[in-house]
Amino acid sequence: MNFFESFLFVGLPYLALGVFLIGSIWRYRGNGYKVSSLSSQFLEGKRLFWGSIPFHLGLIVVFLGHLLAFLIPAGVLAWNAHPLRLLILEITGYAFGLSFLVGLGQLFYRRITNPRIQAVTNEMDLIIELLLLVQVILGLCVAIFYRWGSSWFASDLTPYLWSILLFRPDPEAVLAMPLLVQLHIINASLIILLIPFTRLMHLLVAPFHYLGRPYQRVIWNWDRKKVRNPKERWSPTRPRNN
Amino acid sequence: MDIRSQISMVFHLDKCIGCHTCSVACKNIWTDRKGAEYQWWNNVETKPGTGYPTKWEDQSIYKGGWEKKGDKIDLKGAGHRKSLTNIFHNPHLPQIDDYYEPFTYKYLDLIESGPSSDQPTARPVSLITGKPMNIKSGPNWDDDLSGSPDYARQDPNLEAVTPAEKEALFQLERMAMFYLPRICNHCLNPACVASCPSGAIYKRGEDGVVLINQDVCRGWRMCITACPYKKTYYNWNSGKSEKCILCFPRIESGLAPACMHSCVGRIRYLGVVLYDADRIHEAASAPDHELVDAHLNIILDPFDEEVIKAAKENGVADSTIRAAQLSPTYKFAKVWKMALPLHSEFRTMPMLFYVPPLLPVMASIKNVDQSAQKEKMNEKAKVWPDKWLYDTSTDELFGTIHQARFPMKYMAEMFSVGDENKVEEVMKKLMAVRIHRRQVTVGDISEEKAAETLAEAGLTAEEAEEIYYLTSLAKFDDRFVIPAAHREQAMELMEFAGDKKGDTGFGFKDGTAKRGL
Repeated sequence: MNFFESFLFVGLPYLALGVFLIGSIWRYRGNGYKVSSLSSQFLEGKRLFWGSIPFHLGLIVVFLGHLLAFLIPAGVLAWNAHPLRLLILEITGYAFGLSFLVGLGQLFYRRITNPRIQAVTNEMDLIIELLLLVQVILGLCVAIFYRWGSSWFASDLTPYLWSILLFRPDPEAVLAMPLLVQLHIINASLIILLIPFTRLMHLLVAPFHYLGRPYQRVIWNWDRKKVRNPKERWSPTRPRNN
Repeated sequence: MDIRSQISMVFHLDKCIGCHTCSVACKNIWTDRKGAEYQWWNNVETKPGTGYPTKWEDQSIYKGGWEKKGDKIDLKGAGHRKSLTNIFHNPHLPQIDDYYEPFTYKYLDLIESGPSSDQPTARPVSLITGKPMNIKSGPNWDDDLSGSPDYARQDPNLEAVTPAEKEALFQLERMAMFYLPRICNHCLNPACVASCPSGAIYKRGEDGVVLINQDVCRGWRMCITACPYKKTYYNWNSGKSEKCILCFPRIESGLAPACMHSCVGRIRYLGVVLYDADRIHEAASAPDHELVDAHLNIILDPFDEEVIKAAKENGVADSTIRAAQLSPTYKFAKVWKMALPLHSEFRTMPMLFYVPPLLPVMASIKNVDQSAQKEKMNEKAKVWPDKWLYDTSTDELFGTIHQARFPMKYMAEMFSVGDENKVEEVMKKLMAVRIHRRQVTVGDISEEKAAETLAEAGLTAEEAEEIYYLTSLAKFDDRFVIPAAHREQAMELMEFAGDKKGDTGFGFKDGTAKRGL
């Protein structure tokens, strides 16, 4: 393992995770106003539909697939023990990967051709979309050329990912992997590294808390039961507010 | 009983001249920014017409407001499920072209273009892309276009009107229109608040102003769909929603909002009302025909001892209770029952009430053969020598209301969920006050007749005088009764005064004792 390799498969992942963690907190606290994914649906809606929906759907399922193999590799291997179940898993994953690719391609094409969308596009939008495009194309190629990914990911790459996460980096398995897989891993690190500097920040503020919230929201700037009572102690703490 | 105070408004449509001064005052203060060029927090529409954004009243397109499902109500185009499943692409979001693409002209070309054989021109350029564009629509594009096939005939409120009435409405000689100024209604059951996945939109407890916290808004765009009045706007540049803030910095200093302050026709009234927050849900879930009454019923009598006691216990300031007693909006909406909410069927319980217009209704009453009439016309002056079109005589009293130039059904669709009687009652009152004042000032009506009219409209002479005063003579302090913001309790309504004590002066938000992040 030379220095270059250890940088790519040990240094870069740690750098990416570090920048992602610290950067996200810094961005949220320092410029929380801009933590969102500047929606352009208001300027163009029809083409967005054919881009955004397949892209998000594909991305979420593919990501969950990776997460599953990472969290319960044994379960995935057991599922794959039967060839039919393996095929079902692989084909489903590939279909959503294609949906990811088609959606993202449409989004990218829309972004560079529609003058209205150009007006709300910055460099980081293009960079991150290109990186994601490269990532999904690499992933789809790996799935075609090196079968069956769901099995060898669970058995060979999951230990590598855990080794990184548990601060016992062991990139041996990755070094033995084909170039396409290695590129897929390097690109993944880059994407994670760039999250705090791009619109991808919006995935960190996905509004799941909405489900547990009553519909109406009233904010009082003083405690209305206490405010008229002279016997109440003055309190320097603000009442619950934004 | 959970008594709160709420800023409410009344717009007297009889007095609106459609000058758009309110819109311009608002635009100059709040929306003269990139991304907000197309936004008119205050706009004035010509009715009948499609409005802004186009056909906003048609909820089969925009899916705004609440809908009744059994005993309960839920948001129509958003809500706990739809706000999340539609988050990647909101199928009911209006597009910028439903409003208009903002533009300017390249004025500098008039001065700086080089020598050429043609006159220099200032081409229109888009304020979004900066590229030359063909203007297809703009602010108040359908202003005064009553009767036009593209605008007036597309008015969603005309669906309930019979085809014959519709045709009569658009006959060239009988064409009528009125203006409908609109701002955020600062609803009691706001759909925008309910739809916001981030929880950025909230109702300010102290005075009920609905605001969007720009730091919390993530631009999920659900409020734009949910607001049936289309009064939340998406800023395409900042990626946040914005809306009318009822000029809260002005209100907190005791000034009327800019649109109301600048109103040339003095059509606008602002005051607080006390209401029972525990009954909001019940009132918003009422059956269609009871909606208007249910809405007005939760507004409470500020003179009632019980109400005052409960309000005080709930932290409502004495000055606010006093303001509620003097409130012009309470008088119009509740005491005289002359002001009605716009489109109650959206179930958001808007706190902006309208006095429906009488003028276009009573101006035309006669049905005469037109060919005969044409021969009578004076060729030079282009007028008829008789009272063919306009008859201002008062012999028939309320007869004119039934032969209205505007179908009563049309008014009812807008102001009383289709209940013509409700609008008619208001019209009678408006007419009775006129007849009463005509008896007093002109004197060509007998006292008995005036009294008879008042009685039929359910008013006393004293009430008629009061209505006349508040309609025609009222001064600033009568039209805008704004309670103190109580800075002794909160420096601005956003911050506790205690937090600011010992701070480093202007510009520092953190206390001086704070270190680190």
